[in-house]
Amino acid sequence: MSVQALAGPRRVRRRSRLRAYGRPWELALRYLLLLAVMVLLVGPLAWQALTSLKGPHEDISGINATILPSEPSLHAYQVVLGQLPMLGYIRNSLVICLLTVVSQLVLATLGGYMLSRPGWRGRNAVFLLLVASMMFPFESVMVSLYIMILGLNLSDNLLGVWLPGFIGAINLLIMRAAFMAVPIELEEAGMLDGAGEWRRFWSIFVPAARGALTVIGINTFIGAWDDFLWPLIVLRSDANFTVTLGLSRLQNSAFGFDWRVVMAGAMVSVVPILLLFLFTQRYFYRGVAAGAVKL
Amino acid sequence: MERSHGRRKRGLRPVFELVFPASLTSASGAERSAEGAPNVPDERGVLEGGTKSPLALAPESAALAPAARGRARPQARRDGLSGAALHRQWWVPYLWLAPSLAGIGVFGIYPFVKAVYLSFTSTPPLGGDSTWVGIENYVLLAKDPEFWLATRNSVLYTLVVVPLMVVLPLLLAILVEKRIPFIGFFRSIFYTPVVASMVVVGLMWVWLLQDQGLINSILRGTHLIHRGIPFLSNSWLLLFSAMGLTLWKGLGWYMVFYLVALANVPRELHEAAQIDGAGAVRRFLNVTVPGVKPMMLLVGTFTAIGCMRIFTEVYVLSGTTGGPGGQAETLPFYIRSAGLDPSSGDAGYGSAISVVLFALTLGFAILARRLARGDEPS
Repeated sequence: MSVQALAGPRRVRRRSRLRAYGRPWELALRYLLLLAVMVLLVGPLAWQALTSLKGPHEDISGINATILPSEPSLHAYQVVLGQLPMLGYIRNSLVICLLTVVSQLVLATLGGYMLSRPGWRGRNAVFLLLVASMMFPFESVMVSLYIMILGLNLSDNLLGVWLPGFIGAINLLIMRAAFMAVPIELEEAGMLDGAGEWRRFWSIFVPAARGALTVIGINTFIGAWDDFLWPLIVLRSDANFTVTLGLSRLQNSAFGFDWRVVMAGAMVSVVPILLLFLFTQRYFYRGVAAGAVKL
Repeated sequence: MERSHGRRKRGLRPVFELVFPASLTSASGAERSAEGAPNVPDERGVLEGGTKSPLALAPESAALAPAARGRARPQARRDGLSGAALHRQWWVPYLWLAPSLAGIGVFGIYPFVKAVYLSFTSTPPLGGDSTWVGIENYVLLAKDPEFWLATRNSVLYTLVVVPLMVVLPLLLAILVEKRIPFIGFFRSIFYTPVVASMVVVGLMWVWLLQDQGLINSILRGTHLIHRGIPFLSNSWLLLFSAMGLTLWKGLGWYMVFYLVALANVPRELHEAAQIDGAGAVRRFLNVTVPGVKPMMLLVGTFTAIGCMRIFTEVYVLSGTTGGPGGQAETLPFYIRSAGLDPSSGDAGYGSAISVVLFALTLGFAILARRLARGDEPS
């Protein structure tokens, strides 16, 4: 009796919630389409992962190949991490990523703060300069950039990869916007308490803009990790290669015929970045959430 | 009119904070970096509202500054002087900005000036003295069949990819717009190709598309074909495969753009249309499309400029060669080989192509601006 009394309303509630999602067949169709798109967009990645796990004596293509590894093995990963300098590539990529993230965060915070403060001469001119610098596609300046890097004797040097990207105008603009959104009362309170400019910046503004700093940090890291064309131009010797360069080289090396190894290399280079994305994705979507679409 | 304009700005603003960080902060500013750069500031910032509108470009949402609650306050501060400004020496802001300004001047603006200069010289790519040659590089360029081939490929790329990239992510966004269970999971999953590097996804595609790859195996299995389709060894198919790769990787990226735009299409319009008996297709064409039109224009501009900058897709799919006989190479591909090849390259000649590339991207940005202007009711 009491069970039924409880079950009744609950069922009603569930049905009404389902109704909010639309008619059942519509909902089913939507999920079907979602699954289809998922296969299309993630299928290749899954195939890559499966191929990398297949044993060395197993067919990976042709009639006898199976979808799941029939002799699962980590052999390809042993080759990639043992016989190929993949760990060195990862180290080089990490060096560039960390240099870039640190320099971008520090400079964008300092510069963005001043850009957000009103009442100093030349502020608009500086702003226009930043915007103008974003007009040029990288491909149209890469030749002259390389000539410059050559002149600085930084060709085939990780610092040469890092230097042109040590500060980006866009990050300054993002930090500027974040600081502008800090309530002025906080700044005024700081001034009343006798806090100097640096103190106000460090104790009031920087903590208030943590969200923007996180977004910039993550995106800068991923951008630097994924970058290909510029390292390809600057770096010559294998010992200095980044992950993307190493992978591209692997495709055309003696190991390139074994797709288990190539796919294992690709996995090693993409998994860290996918994990980073999955753990920080709320920051990726935060802007959208603020915009209106609530996730 | 005024209101719709305002809504559009509000709608676009959050996108910038999503778009810009990922697109513009790569170590060297390469890859996607300038994709959004040349036009966004143009569109929203400089061109539309003079020096004031940079504020429109500024992502001021609560996401970036959690402490921000009042929207009206920054406005007030903008107009009046805050007390802090009165205590500051004139040179102090420049002290704070010095490293950034130096970096942006030297590596953001000067390289283009230098590229224009180099394009009038002959310069060995491995260092050495430039010799002034006047407009000779441009004259040679006009007669260079490889340059025209690369231009044709890049323009063709743009013509094919832009319409698809404007429409497909919109459809995807509509698919994931509704808040049903697990939709967050699907949205994240659809975004993963965006995060992976082009080299990784390019290699994945090589493995799928090559003669012994999965797609040809499946096609052979159905007995539709007996010999593999030469996706990667025929220069036309290679070019179209690269376009497919660009689309595939960009879907999730522009889906996010459209999610923001869709959220700003008033629900009442949909309901009114439904009451009037409009079916789903009609509502899409008459309510959704007009509602997201500014965003379609923005996506079209981004994509057009992105297409002029295609390099990695062709490089990886062709295994560094640019297709059989280099027949599938794009403009950046040719810039690199003509300008930076240690033995046969000439940085002056490569810079001339760079200047042409810049002119093309600028042309697209101006065209989009014109379209946007013509669109606005006056």
